[in-house]
Amino acid sequence: MIHSLFLINHSGDIFLEKHWKSVVSHSVCDYFFEAKEKAVDPEDVPPVLQTPHHYLITVHRDQLFFLSVVQTEVPPLFVIEFLHRVADTFQDYFGECSESVIKDNVVTVYELLEEMLDNGFPLATESNILKELIRPPTILRSVVNTLTGSSNVGDTLPTGQLSTVPWRRADVKYTNNEAYFDVIEEIDAILDKSGTTVFAEIQGVIEACVRLTGMPDLTMSFMNPRLLDDVSFHPCVRFKRWESERTLSFIPPDGHFTLMNYHVSSQNPVAIPVYVKQNISFFESGPCGRLDITIGPKQTMGKTVEALMVKIHMPKAVLSANLTATQGNYTYDLPNKLLIWDIGKLNPQKLPNLKGILSLQAGAAKPEDNPSLNIDLRIQQVAISGSPRFVSTYNWATVFSHCSICFSPLCTGLKVSRLEMFGEKYKPFKGVKYVTKAGKFQVRT
Amino acid sequence: MSASSAFNDEKGGSSSVGEPEYGHDPASGGIFSSDYKRHDDLKEMLDSNKDSLKLEAMKRIVAMIARGKNASDLFPAVVKNVACKNIEVKKLVYVYLVRYAEEQQDLALLSISTFQRGLKDPNQLIRASALRVLSSIRVTIIVPIMMLAIKEAASDMSPYVRKTAAHAIPKLYSLDPEQKDQLIEVIEKLLADKTTLVAGSVVMAFEEVCPERIDLIHKNYRKLCNLLIDVEEWGQVVIINMLTRYARTQFLNPNMNESLLEEENDKTFYGSDDDEEEEKEKKAEAPLPRRKPYVMDPDHRLLLRNTKPLLQSRNAAVVMAVAQLYFHLAPKVEVGVIAKGLVRLLRSHSEVQYVVLQNVATMTIKRRGMFEPYLKSFYIRSTDPTQIKVLKLEVLTNLANETNISTILREFQTYIKSMDKDFVAATIQAIGRCATNIGEVRDTCLNGLVQLLSNRDELVVAESVVVIKKLLQMQPEKHSDIIKHMAKLTDNIQVPMARASILWLIGEYCEHVPKIAPDVLRKMAKSFTNEEDIVKLQIINLAAKLYLTNSKQTKLLTQYVLNLAKYDQNYDIRDRARFIRQLIVPTEKSGALSKYAKKLFLALKPAPVLESPFKDRDHFQLGSLSHLLNAKAGGYQELPDWPEAAPDPSVRNVEVPEWTKCSSREKRKEKKVEKPFYSDSEGESGPTESADSESDSASGSEIGSGVVGSGSRTASEESEEGSESEEEEEKDKKMMTAKKELKKPVQESESEQSSEEEEERKRERKKSKPRKSESDDDDDSESESSRSESEDSESEAEVKKKKKAAASRPPAKPLKKESKKEMSLLDFDDFEPAPPPHVTPLNSFLSSSLVTDLEGLSLSDAALSPATLSPSGAMKSYELLHRIRGEGLSVEYCFSRQPFSPDANMVAVQMQFTNSGAADTKSLHMEDVKLQSGMRVKEFPEIELLPAGETATAVMGIDFCDSTQAANFQLCTHTKKFFVSIQPPVGELMRPVFLTENEFKKEQGQLMGMNELSEKLTLDAECRNEHAIVQRVTAAANLSRVPCGSDKECRFAGRTVTSGSLVLATVVTKEAASAQLTVNCEKMVIGTMLVKDVLLALTQ
Repeated sequence: MIHSLFLINHSGDIFLEKHWKSVVSHSVCDYFFEAKEKAVDPEDVPPVLQTPHHYLITVHRDQLFFLSVVQTEVPPLFVIEFLHRVADTFQDYFGECSESVIKDNVVTVYELLEEMLDNGFPLATESNILKELIRPPTILRSVVNTLTGSSNVGDTLPTGQLSTVPWRRADVKYTNNEAYFDVIEEIDAILDKSGTTVFAEIQGVIEACVRLTGMPDLTMSFMNPRLLDDVSFHPCVRFKRWESERTLSFIPPDGHFTLMNYHVSSQNPVAIPVYVKQNISFFESGPCGRLDITIGPKQTMGKTVEALMVKIHMPKAVLSANLTATQGNYTYDLPNKLLIWDIGKLNPQKLPNLKGILSLQAGAAKPEDNPSLNIDLRIQQVAISGSPRFVSTYNWATVFSHCSICFSPLCTGLKVSRLEMFGEKYKPFKGVKYVTKAGKFQVRT
Repeated sequence: MSASSAFNDEKGGSSSVGEPEYGHDPASGGIFSSDYKRHDDLKEMLDSNKDSLKLEAMKRIVAMIARGKNASDLFPAVVKNVACKNIEVKKLVYVYLVRYAEEQQDLALLSISTFQRGLKDPNQLIRASALRVLSSIRVTIIVPIMMLAIKEAASDMSPYVRKTAAHAIPKLYSLDPEQKDQLIEVIEKLLADKTTLVAGSVVMAFEEVCPERIDLIHKNYRKLCNLLIDVEEWGQVVIINMLTRYARTQFLNPNMNESLLEEENDKTFYGSDDDEEEEKEKKAEAPLPRRKPYVMDPDHRLLLRNTKPLLQSRNAAVVMAVAQLYFHLAPKVEVGVIAKGLVRLLRSHSEVQYVVLQNVATMTIKRRGMFEPYLKSFYIRSTDPTQIKVLKLEVLTNLANETNISTILREFQTYIKSMDKDFVAATIQAIGRCATNIGEVRDTCLNGLVQLLSNRDELVVAESVVVIKKLLQMQPEKHSDIIKHMAKLTDNIQVPMARASILWLIGEYCEHVPKIAPDVLRKMAKSFTNEEDIVKLQIINLAAKLYLTNSKQTKLLTQYVLNLAKYDQNYDIRDRARFIRQLIVPTEKSGALSKYAKKLFLALKPAPVLESPFKDRDHFQLGSLSHLLNAKAGGYQELPDWPEAAPDPSVRNVEVPEWTKCSSREKRKEKKVEKPFYSDSEGESGPTESADSESDSASGSEIGSGVVGSGSRTASEESEEGSESEEEEEKDKKMMTAKKELKKPVQESESEQSSEEEEERKRERKKSKPRKSESDDDDDSESESSRSESEDSESEAEVKKKKKAAASRPPAKPLKKESKKEMSLLDFDDFEPAPPPHVTPLNSFLSSSLVTDLEGLSLSDAALSPATLSPSGAMKSYELLHRIRGEGLSVEYCFSRQPFSPDANMVAVQMQFTNSGAADTKSLHMEDVKLQSGMRVKEFPEIELLPAGETATAVMGIDFCDSTQAANFQLCTHTKKFFVSIQPPVGELMRPVFLTENEFKKEQGQLMGMNELSEKLTLDAECRNEHAIVQRVTAAANLSRVPCGSDKECRFAGRTVTSGSLVLATVVTKEAASAQLTVNCEKMVIGTMLVKDVLLALTQ
């Protein structure tokens, strides 16, 4: 299956290579470099390349290319998904996935890669298992290790490997038992020039952070599961229970994980939280254009819109922007032709406005079309578990009765009604937070 | 010192010496020596007896390897540490060894003995890693050692080691393909492994070593299907892909009845109907009576059913694997379920999107309807990478039809304004394709494209020209003004392809533009020498065509052009010029051909067909690398075509000695005495329960390993520990009690049972320490049965309730016995009546697993059951015993639908005995009742005498336990015994209840979701009025009408006889003959069957 892996940075240096079968010369990457040259954007490099003897399957993550060499037929998604899983693991272990971090931890990285694949076939990809095999580096541990000579490598088989719940390690112990869930909903929308919704849908995800002792068995039920149209689960979720009762029943992995992704059925109307008035025009005569953008709240249900940000990919001819913003700051990134206007909180009384002149390259033709606006925003439901300590002073029942009374999540109204724990005796702290965000939110101009 | 500093040291060192490892210059002695020196200190560290120093050295070496630097000269120093106690050092040494052993084979041999020792280590992780490294060392000389190690590990106690053995198989195979035969043996052995941990890896090995040995899968097929959901994600992908191929060789095409239909559809593909899908659905539902009905192999159904939940996986590769499986294997009606999952993946990373869109593009060509509801999900954002945009465009184009074309064109309009010019070009092509495919919008598209001709971007104009050319070719006469317009463009457009297209158009339709054409030729003749080759060729063509139509004006120009071409640098152009001159310019020598020159040049050319590049790509298995590249990748296994006739399905039966049920079932099937089987799983709650507990303890006892029974991973499963012997005892006890339950059994079957039991015991005693062979079979069936239970659509809680109910119910009543003698038309002699499944747990496991396996089949069986086929009358009677078989005695029975007074939970069966023989029949009674557990029978009173020619009736009661399982018993006269069975149609398992409209609505509201089944149907011609509907429904099922305000709606209500669960049915008629049937019932099995029956009643 996966023959070799090369990690390549943006400038085209191969800074790590790992071979699971016989060694493949790194010259094979030349084909990739060739394709990379051709592509304008790194995103445009085809993920699958064919060379005379090999196939190269590449993933672009965090400014790095994960290039794997494959010799025979293999489902491309298999490799792509695996490479992303490798990147996720690095992220999980080192906090970020960057060239310098990988170089600093090259031995751990190598040990990880060694455990993740055997003969090119995935062996252990669950973070809980890997962490038992190879402990993530911490400052304390590296100090202890240098002093005592003990190692970062486990010498027994991780319990997860053989159990029916491979995603959870055994003997988890915490003094504070907590389980937090973030229900994050993203609005994907395309609005056209006049502000009409061309396409809008809601994608949700439940991110969990569970720190519970022992083998807890959790059950989460929703007030209105009917909203959910399409779901995908972490392997820990018992699908049968979901099918029959529409409740999530699972033994959680330890730590952070994504419990579920969902898609809200298209029958439900999507509330578009903001409207945009824009006017971008380029003049036929004279090397300049005018830009005028105003953003106002639309359907926010009385919630504040935060972290509002507008990104505009300008046409190539735009040299600079001379604008004034009534609120927030704007920056114009010349090499990438990217105008970013960071607004922050949306004040309904005084609508933010960005106005001014765009100057064009002398002699360049007037851009045919106007750039589209990408909008980022975030609507936080009053965070009931905003700070873990806040929650832990309440008991669970209060927290949840609160949640069903005062918090009506903006987007779909998906609400967690109950979270129960079986299998362990202690009382954990539990909390749920609802956030609405803009996903791929685009305004065409 | 931390690893990081080691790395930096290393880096600093190497840069200072100028990357010596890359400089392959042996003469550069200085560099070599410094390199040597540096490695010297590493060697020292390795030789020291401090673990920390060794570790430090190894870390630095691994860092070198990671950056692709050569560290091979350290081999002797490193290999010495292979037996180091420190686990991390050891692991790093392993890393080093695997990397360099191939280059230093002799030295590598030094380490082998360490691994051999490691293979015997009590720690399973060490055993496994020893095997891993041993098999990764690519040294041919140790092949026999590897082979031995793999064989040993394949029967290791630890499933983890067995998994490692599976991984080692392809390694050894790639090292020495000669070992194939032996390796296949190991694969065969590991395929039989029951743990989920091994399954994925061994199938991977199978795919790499012997994908052609599909026969190895037969016996493991059902097990793999059932384990699938618990296998890790990567294994799932491999198994699903393999099973797709397997299914293609073993099952029949589920769409074969529709193949004719499909051809029709293909013709009207682009201009076709919206309700295509719907129609198909109907056709699939209503079994076509004249064609041989297609019955899906239960194993085929099993695969589809067990893979479906995996569409919800978080892993894109798994979702894709299931999607391709459904695309290639599922009946058309069912393929639609995958669309949602694939659309979901479009939110993922761009690489995932890229692959998914490629596959969706292929799918949309074959099954457009599937993705139509998701049209908007393929709308393009300006932030998408170009390659994604182009693919989305492709999908949108494939999805276009009359109804949505206006929306799609509006989208396309916005795309044309994009900054991304490649994307704009692709959009224009897409518009062209929509225009050719959908006639109605052709003019609109053409106008739009013509407008684009004035676009300032040359690329846009050029692409438009090319597309317009193709469109014009379809109806040139109408568009001479467009051609004129394009002729003007020759002054401005420089893109060769576009110029060539314009010239070709003018030449082809020069008769439509007689004035302009010669002028264009004049201009072209002037610029001829500066044109691109492709344009030159078209100039020559234009000249030739004009010469033939308008030689007066163009003769000289043509000759001028031909002369220029004669001396062109390109030989193609020279050749073309020479050829054309000979052809068109009449000379004395000119051959016969010149007469036909006009015909040759100005023949009517067929319009080009604009096809998707994804057409017919589905001959590659979707989701595969080969499909993506549209070229066969190495090691790609062709997806075989469906077989004409299904191969023997019995090859997948797992052998269980002493057990005849399976084969007898098959025989029964052949004889068309078909029964729905899944009632087994309901009725059998007793043994199923025991199976469940067994599987729990089994997983507990197997060294805490993952035998992993079922989809229901409960916490109790892990905590539950039970010693095996205890379990066995319990099992025996159960068998005993079960036996007791069967009071006064017939001697024959008694002996059979006991012998079977003995066998069972013997086998259990034989069980060796790692529960092999037989116990494995147990495991398997256990897991299957427990799965079947959860499969059973009802919530677990309910199952439990039922179990309790079953347990509390009194055992079957004692039966009288009599001498027995058998005379039958259907010769039942060739198989023993299957012992009631609760006799030995073993049987019940398998049978219940089979039951689920066969569920798909039984559904259609129900549809074919005689009750529903017979014309609706007052009361249908069924034949119990035919006159000939009964030697004069014939018995018919019907469901009288009267309450059975002795026991309200029983269904009354009225029997009519007719003695048409010559002799009197005496002492007519029944005995030896064979029932599924939970079922009960109240016998009819013995009929003392039935004189010849007389008729008598009697009523018996049967509690079918809400299942359609047959009640088997013997009908005895004073001389003979007849085996007979009574099987109720599902409609008879209920009794009417009277509800008001409000009550009905309320109850219905509580039975939504999973408990609601609805189907669309087309009413039979004679059944279009309310009265007829009511009549037919009540004939098919014992339900009562519920009053209803609307005359478009008929409602019915009833309760099942045994459990009293509510059954609600609604038939809503719509315009014409279409109607919708909705059944709400807590018991889904009953519900599904009822839908089938009522559907049949209403449509036939």
